[in-house]
Amino acid sequence: MRAFSYEKPASPAEAATAASRNPEAKFIAGGTNLLDLMKLEIEAPTHLIDVNGLGLDTIEPTQEGGLRIGALVRNTTLAADQRVRRDYAVLSRALLSGASGQLRNRATTAGNLLQRTRCPYFYDTAQPCNKRQPGSGCSALGGFSRQLGVVGTSDACIATHPSDMAVAMRVLDATVETVKPDASTRTIPLGDLHRLPGDSPHLETVLEKGELITAVTLPKPAGGTQIYRKVRDRASYAFALISVAAIVQRDGSGRVAIGGVAPKPWRVEKAEAELPRGAKAAASALFADARPTHENAFKLPLVERTLDAVLAQARS
Amino acid sequence: MVAAGACAALPAMPGAARAQPVSRGEPVTASVSMSVNGENRTLQLDTRTTLLDALREHLHLTGTKKGCDHGQCGACTVIVDGQRINSCLTLAIMNQGVQVTTIEGLGTVDDLHPMQEAFVKHDGFQCGYCTPGQICSSVAVLDEIKAGIPSHVTADLTAPMAVSEAEIRERLSGNICRCGAYSNIVAAVSDVAGRQG
Repeated sequence: MRAFSYEKPASPAEAATAASRNPEAKFIAGGTNLLDLMKLEIEAPTHLIDVNGLGLDTIEPTQEGGLRIGALVRNTTLAADQRVRRDYAVLSRALLSGASGQLRNRATTAGNLLQRTRCPYFYDTAQPCNKRQPGSGCSALGGFSRQLGVVGTSDACIATHPSDMAVAMRVLDATVETVKPDASTRTIPLGDLHRLPGDSPHLETVLEKGELITAVTLPKPAGGTQIYRKVRDRASYAFALISVAAIVQRDGSGRVAIGGVAPKPWRVEKAEAELPRGAKAAASALFADARPTHENAFKLPLVERTLDAVLAQARS
Repeated sequence: MVAAGACAALPAMPGAARAQPVSRGEPVTASVSMSVNGENRTLQLDTRTTLLDALREHLHLTGTKKGCDHGQCGACTVIVDGQRINSCLTLAIMNQGVQVTTIEGLGTVDDLHPMQEAFVKHDGFQCGYCTPGQICSSVAVLDEIKAGIPSHVTADLTAPMAVSEAEIRERLSGNICRCGAYSNIVAAVSDVAGRQG
């Protein structure tokens, strides 16, 4: 691990200002992903800004009848919150399907959104990777790609976003609140937070230098039957091959977002219009622009069948 | 990365909370105070020192084990302010003022914690390397169920929690045992849960 200095600012705006002053600074919250990457020197910040203790760790009701989740709320706390369990069950379920108990006790809401891909070539510093080292090439395209992306990918990168939580938040129409170094704030729909890789896969979000996520807001409860179904190689403590987050209403209409297939939670408006016609029609719209490799083409029928099972569960 | 924690002789940062950008490669030390197994400890540490390395290399509490050092195996599990965490994935400096309980703080050879006793009784280990992490994790798992925190296998998110074999297996999935003592570990944890009622 490279040496770094450390500070613990007193306010979110102060944290953002500190980050804008030093181009090699990083925020650290739970640390469960960043420290892992620092040990491998995939991340090598010279300065860490500890954002724990900024008072961003509460879950408050909003005037619109939703919930405002502080950026520092731990994954365990969020999954166990009675309001989330009752009104946003898909979010509790997604959180509980991810990582381990130990990691969920530390991992935060904003950190979960900003975690890096688990593409094995991103982690292997002996291999080219356009995300880790821009312009070096993509080892995954011709390599072992079974776990990797099938849609929204590019010739430069086929990595997936590994979060379960983000997939549920996407289907719940969450928005992200931020503060910038000049103390201005903005709201970003979750669907706009992550960029698709194109020819610059190292740029993963629309956040600017020093911009700090302060909260994630959920709109008022969507009702319906909320389901998160994750398919993985082990029954527990494994990243998704694919996952389906769905909110299905009594009349068969609904929303669906897919995890494990793309560089961001994958949600397609046209697919939701097709939902009442069944999983085949919806999956076909979800993957209209899919470009799977021969190793991960199985993800397309796997999503269709999992979605079919989810819709059957919602009807029962 | 294994060099972290070897720099106690370097000048300390004036106040751990002060901004002090450094040039690449120049180590920085800071003062860290925490309660470990009920005893207040203050250390001068390289900022890179993880809580795990602070416990093992600086406080010589070697009960907590380093397995993967990447949060994948759970051997480094300790209890911080009542919650189990991977001590390899948190910096010591991020843990100012916390209360840490390690395996040494749970029980001693002459006065075993009920969970340690149950692991012995049910033969919940073979080589023993993952055992301190398994036991710290197990103690915290029973507290989490008591506190009503749900898990992936909890059927009804709004109903009261209950201990079951499925719950124990799911909740302990972050603790790997390469000897494969899992069935005896589940028996030990179930035994303690049953006695706690």
